[in-house]
Amino acid sequence: MAEDVKKLIIDYVKREYLEEDSPQQITESTKLISSGIVDSFSMVSLKMFLEKKFQIKIPDEKATPEAFDSVNNIINLLNEYVKK
Amino acid sequence: MNNIGSYEDKYKTFDWKQAEDLLGYGKDGNFNIGYYCTDRICELGYGDKLGMIWEGFEGNIKKFTYNDLRIHSNTIARFLLDLGLRPRDRICIFMDRIPELYISFVGILKMGGIAQPLFSAFGEESLFTRLDDAKTSAILTTKKHVGKVRKIRQQLPDLTKVIIVDAGDAIPEKDEFHFSLEKAPIVDKFEIFNVDRETPSVLHYTSGTTGKPKGALHVHSSVIAQYITARWVLDIQPDDIFWCNADPGWVTGTSYGIIGPCVNGVTQVVLDAGFGAPKWYSFIQRHKVTNWYSAPTAIRLLMKEGLDLVRKYDLSCLRHLCSVGEPLNAEAVIWSEKAFGKPFLDTYWQTETGAIMISNYPGMKIKPGSMGKPFPGICATVIHPKTYEPIHTPGTVGLIALKPGWPSMMRMYWNNKATYDNKFKNGWYISGDRSSIDSDGYFWFVGRDDDVINTGGHLVGPFEIESALLEHRAVAESAAIGKPDPVNMEVVKAFVALRPGFSPSDDLELEIVNFIRKKLSPLAMPQEIEFVDSLPKTRSGKIMRRLLHAREWGEEVGDISTLEND
Repeated sequence: MAEDVKKLIIDYVKREYLEEDSPQQITESTKLISSGIVDSFSMVSLKMFLEKKFQIKIPDEKATPEAFDSVNNIINLLNEYVKK
Repeated sequence: MNNIGSYEDKYKTFDWKQAEDLLGYGKDGNFNIGYYCTDRICELGYGDKLGMIWEGFEGNIKKFTYNDLRIHSNTIARFLLDLGLRPRDRICIFMDRIPELYISFVGILKMGGIAQPLFSAFGEESLFTRLDDAKTSAILTTKKHVGKVRKIRQQLPDLTKVIIVDAGDAIPEKDEFHFSLEKAPIVDKFEIFNVDRETPSVLHYTSGTTGKPKGALHVHSSVIAQYITARWVLDIQPDDIFWCNADPGWVTGTSYGIIGPCVNGVTQVVLDAGFGAPKWYSFIQRHKVTNWYSAPTAIRLLMKEGLDLVRKYDLSCLRHLCSVGEPLNAEAVIWSEKAFGKPFLDTYWQTETGAIMISNYPGMKIKPGSMGKPFPGICATVIHPKTYEPIHTPGTVGLIALKPGWPSMMRMYWNNKATYDNKFKNGWYISGDRSSIDSDGYFWFVGRDDDVINTGGHLVGPFEIESALLEHRAVAESAAIGKPDPVNMEVVKAFVALRPGFSPSDDLELEIVNFIRKKLSPLAMPQEIEFVDSLPKTRSGKIMRRLLHAREWGEEVGDISTLEND
């Protein structure tokens, strides 16, 4: 998937889940859920963002902590649902 | 062989003095919970026994004997006193589930402070409301969360001490303090503050339908109830490995994530790594967890991952499973028997009750979906919602009511006598929940009696959410209800009427959702926003949440004669 999509997701994570002055770096492979950057409750808002931004519906059984644990993982998930 | 033996026999013969004597509470003049959590265990000869095994996100592990916990809690108690904090000061703990959280809790009790743990995912507004109400003097937090504290500090003149426990070698900011468990001078001998049974110990905030969250205040003698319920319901035995996966920001995480296991001298494990089924199963396997106190939402998430995953792990160590926070549906009970070879036992209690009130017990027949029966020493019934008289007809729904007087009953809502007094009617404590009792004496949960939303086992007040929504620039009117959810039982749904100049859109919905998540908490965050032209109101202007709730749940809407006509 295009680099701009990766950037879109990274920018969203930084904006919504990190404090303004946080030194935490986010790359496409940074662990998001398993490191605690996005807690399991807040994962719901990340799912909502992806569904609304890409006009898709991610089935609940696919919305696992593992599937959301990095931008790379998220993009793998999106590839299943976003029409090319 | 389980601790309780015959539930029926115990129920007939038990009184709270027996629990007191079994614990030795008050013997030698010791009444402080902190003493019972660590010092007493060491005096009994178990100082070298592991008290806590902690595992973090990276898989890093820290181990603490009961003597370690004794010394560390002394150290932090001394530190707090040296900073000028005093007995009865409210001292907040606002951090993830790191060892310092558990140790600080005990340390605060030892110096006579009132421990006020708060969920670390709380946003600034949720944090401010609770610190302001309690006039909290100090907050122990971490680098990750101190930003939220700094943003509201100016509005909290009583909050004189902000203490960061993981700052390393950094220089403290002005008016902040650093504490390091590793570097602080060890305090082996500490004079534990001399409390009596009724001295305040813990302040836990809980949400209601209206108004701000209420601080339920507990006292040191609550330990009698936490001790015996941990022994008889959670069946904690000397060689067990106990895991309570509740966060200590909530009452389960203190009553049974700290006090219950510690005063029973058991080894407990703590996982600070979020949720993940493979991670949890691996944790249970590696640490050989025997007793597991979990929650229906977590169990349903595990169910979603399926039985094949469970089979990849050796979980034969599990001996006894219990659940708390919301009704445990029959399907989950049956699934856990397939998955783990034994059912999760549902337990029922509240922030206000401080300990388990109605439960299923080892050895007792389980009726999947039932809350179980009253704990020995607890007189529980269902009463008529208008007359407040006990209902004797099996199967009739009424308000769950308890006869006051058990040791861990809250003693007040902080600063809110009127609301506290209103919890007692006709000699009964009114829980706010509804159930029926069948002919065998088993309780069957029906729902809340008010508009409080129970999401994932946590109570969230609609008023708090609605007030926060009104602070968003686009929102003119708001209403918050719970909508059905297969995993969480309920999740928040908000109805929003927009101000002129704003139009519904996906972007606006997301903006509002994140606004609430950051302001209040991820739990309070609406998982759906329905934009409406207006909200149903009574002629006096009160929003009829009941109507919105009924429509969402497909229920009868009831009397709408007071509904304002459009």
